[in-house]
Order: sequence, then C-alpha cells, then structure tokens
Amino acid sequence: MKTVSLTIDGKKIETRHGEKILWAALENGIYIPNLCGLRDEAESVASCRLCFVEVVGKEQAVTACTEMVTEGMVVNTRGAEALRMARSGFELLLSSLPMDCAHCVKSGSCELQKIAHHLNIKLKSKRFRKLLRELPIDDSSSLFTYDPNKCVLCGRCVWVCRERLGVGVLGFANRGFQRVVTTFAGEPFGESKCQECGDCVSVCPTGALTFKNGKTEEE
Amino acid sequence: MNKKVSTTEEQVKIRQETKQIFKRFGKKRGNLMPILQKVQGKLGYLPQEAMLEIADFLEIPGIDVYSVITFYNQFRLNPPGRHSIRVCLGTACHMKGGYITLDAWKRRLDIDRGETTPDREFDLDSVACVGCCVMAPVTVVDGKPQGKVEPTKVDGLLLAFEHEQEKKSKNENG
Ligand code: SF4
Ligand code: SF4
Ligand code: FES
Repeated sequence: MKTVSLTIDGKKIETRHGEKILWAALENGIYIPNLCGLRDEAESVASCRLCFVEVVGKEQAVTACTEMVTEGMVVNTRGAEALRMARSGFELLLSSLPMDCAHCVKSGSCELQKIAHHLNIKLKSKRFRKLLRELPIDDSSSLFTYDPNKCVLCGRCVWVCRERLGVGVLGFANRGFQRVVTTFAGEPFGESKCQECGDCVSVCPTGALTFKNGKTEEE
Repeated sequence: MNKKVSTTEEQVKIRQETKQIFKRFGKKRGNLMPILQKVQGKLGYLPQEAMLEIADFLEIPGIDVYSVITFYNQFRLNPPGRHSIRVCLGTACHMKGGYITLDAWKRRLDIDRGETTPDREFDLDSVACVGCCVMAPVTVVDGKPQGKVEPTKVDGLLLAFEHEQEKKSKNENG
C-alpha cells in the first residue's frame, strides 16, 4: 500500500495514502478534539468545527477530519489560531449543555470532558450565556436511555444506525435551536423500529445515549 | 408536538389519497419535496400515515421524511382548524410584545405553536412580518390582519367566535 510521511507537532509519522489528518494523528497518539467524525465514514460532515489544525503553507486553519495528508506535510495542532477557533466553537457548544457531570454516568469517559481538558476550558465556562433546551428524557428502550439535553448533534448515532445496520431509526428533526436527534415522529425508542443493537450508544461521545446497566460500553 | 389526530376511517382515506399522488412521480429521493407539497395541498397537512406511505414509496426511512417536514416552515404536522390564528413575530410585532400575544393565544386555546385544538376549531402558528407593522402587535385571524392584539383583545376575538357559534346553533335548532 502506498504510504505518505508527514510531521505532526514535530513528530514524524507514516500513514496511508489518502488518509485524513485527524485519523493519522489519533492513530499516532496525537489528540485533536473531534465530535462529529467517524473513522468508517467516507466523507466527514465536518459539523462540529473542533478539529482545527494549522498546516504549514496554508493561510487558514483547516478541519483535520476533511484535510487529506500529503507527502512532507507539516501540521501543527497547537497553533494559536486553530486553538482559538476550536475554543470558541467548544464554548458555544457548552452554552447549551447542562454539564451536570457529577450526576452523569458518562463522566470519566465523556469526550466533552476530554476536549475541555485539552483546550484548557472550564466545563462551567461562563463566556456565553447559558441557554438550555429542557427536552424530555426518553427512558422507553430496555437497553439505553436517551437524554437529548446532552446531545451535541454530532450525528454519529444517525450514521451508524443506517449505514452500518441499514436500519435508519434515527435522524435529525426541526431547525436551529430546536434541532434534535430523534425517531420517526418523535416516537419513544421503545415503540420505534429500534432493534436495540446498541451501536448508537457505543459511538455517542457524550452522555446523551447511555446503556441502562450504567456501563459505557456494551458487555 | 405531533399528536395522532386521525381516526381509523380517516387513516384509510389519508393513505388512499396519498397513494393517488404517487402516480405522477418516480421513485426518486429528489421527488420528496414536490410529493410533500402535493400531499399537503390535498390533505391540508402531513399526517403520520401519509409520511409512512411516502417513505415506503421512495424507499427511505420514515425519519427522513419527518426530518424534511420539520425543517421547513411550509409543512404542517397537524390538520388545519376551521379558524386559523397567525401571530406575527416580525421585528415590529416582536418589539411590541408579539410573544406575549402568542402566549395569550397558547394559553387560551391550550395548544402550542403549530398545533390544532382537539375539536379542530382553531389552529395556531406564528408568521414573520405580514407587512402592516403600524398595527403591531398583529394577529392574522382567518386571513384578516387584526391590529393591536394584546392579551385582552385575544379574549375579545375569541368571545366574538363564541357568539357566532351560539348564533349558528340557535339558527340550526330554531
Ligand atoms: S440501538 Fe441500534 S437500531 Fe436502535 S437506534 Fe441505536 S443504532 Fe439504531
Ligand atoms: S445522541 Fe450522541 S451520537 Fe447522537 S448526535 Fe447526540 S451526541 Fe451525537
Ligand atoms: S471532527 Fe472535524 S469538524 Fe467535527
């Protein structure tokens, strides 16, 4: 297989031809904040806007999940401009999330906590005014609980539910601040076509979809 | 926000009328928008039964149909009422307390924006500027813009409807 060599944060790495910066970095132990990307997805939707990195020779920071690696590329994940954009995006996201980590089963394995730590941002950041959605929790599935208030609309669950399984129980509804991930006509999971495979729960980066046994991975 | 309002009889009719519309269309996903518009044109709204028929026809998940319907303002999830109440939330009406007016309608009719009363007498929604800002806050009642609709006027307008209703039933009985 054709390989490409590049430098990320001073570290020389080799990766597959056609790979995106995000996956090459993560594979080599270099963390870049990300929520919406999924490795198996052919094309990232690039909607979370958290994976900004700087590439030598490029005037503006780029999203690591969409930028393909090239031979001799030099990437800086810690550039001031990239971090500034990622921080603003992340703080906006936090402003509509409850961030009640003390009472959340996802605490400790939540991507939001990891990102906050990486970007050096307080989870209770006060930069933007809080505006919560206050949506009802769906507890009807026997396998998992869905708390839409903790959803970051990354779309990972929507993607696995249809692409990997060919089911398509999940999708987006509404627009703007009202936008949610939901089922057909907003019916409870317990009454939907959900097959309880648990794949959506496994890919959820936040505490929005959690297994009822309290574990973060399916046993 | 999307209650089931149809009876079994109505459900069968909805399914038949929806299927009628398919005759003019191919099974292309790109036909979703025009199909939705035609079905709503015929039924006045997009009930769940129609959504499921459309999903079946286009061979896409039901949630994808629901997703598109809830994205666009032009689509209704609930049947039209006999009287339509449209509260203006354009800039001028917003400044003049359009939201307070909307809240008054919601409270009095006991429904949310985009919904219909169970007796299908009224449907409530908001609009973005109807072009008569001097009359703000405006509520368009059955297509007629009413000016200075503050909560007390909401009560007045509803009272007028009640009177009309009473007169009608008197005439019918007498
Ligand atoms: S459990 Fe499986 S079938 Fe059910 S919503 Fe999640 S991914 Fe879809
Ligand atoms: S439920 Fe989880 S995986 Fe699905 S969109 Fe929300 S945060 Fe992402
Ligand atoms: S992971 Fe790149 S934009 Fe979300």
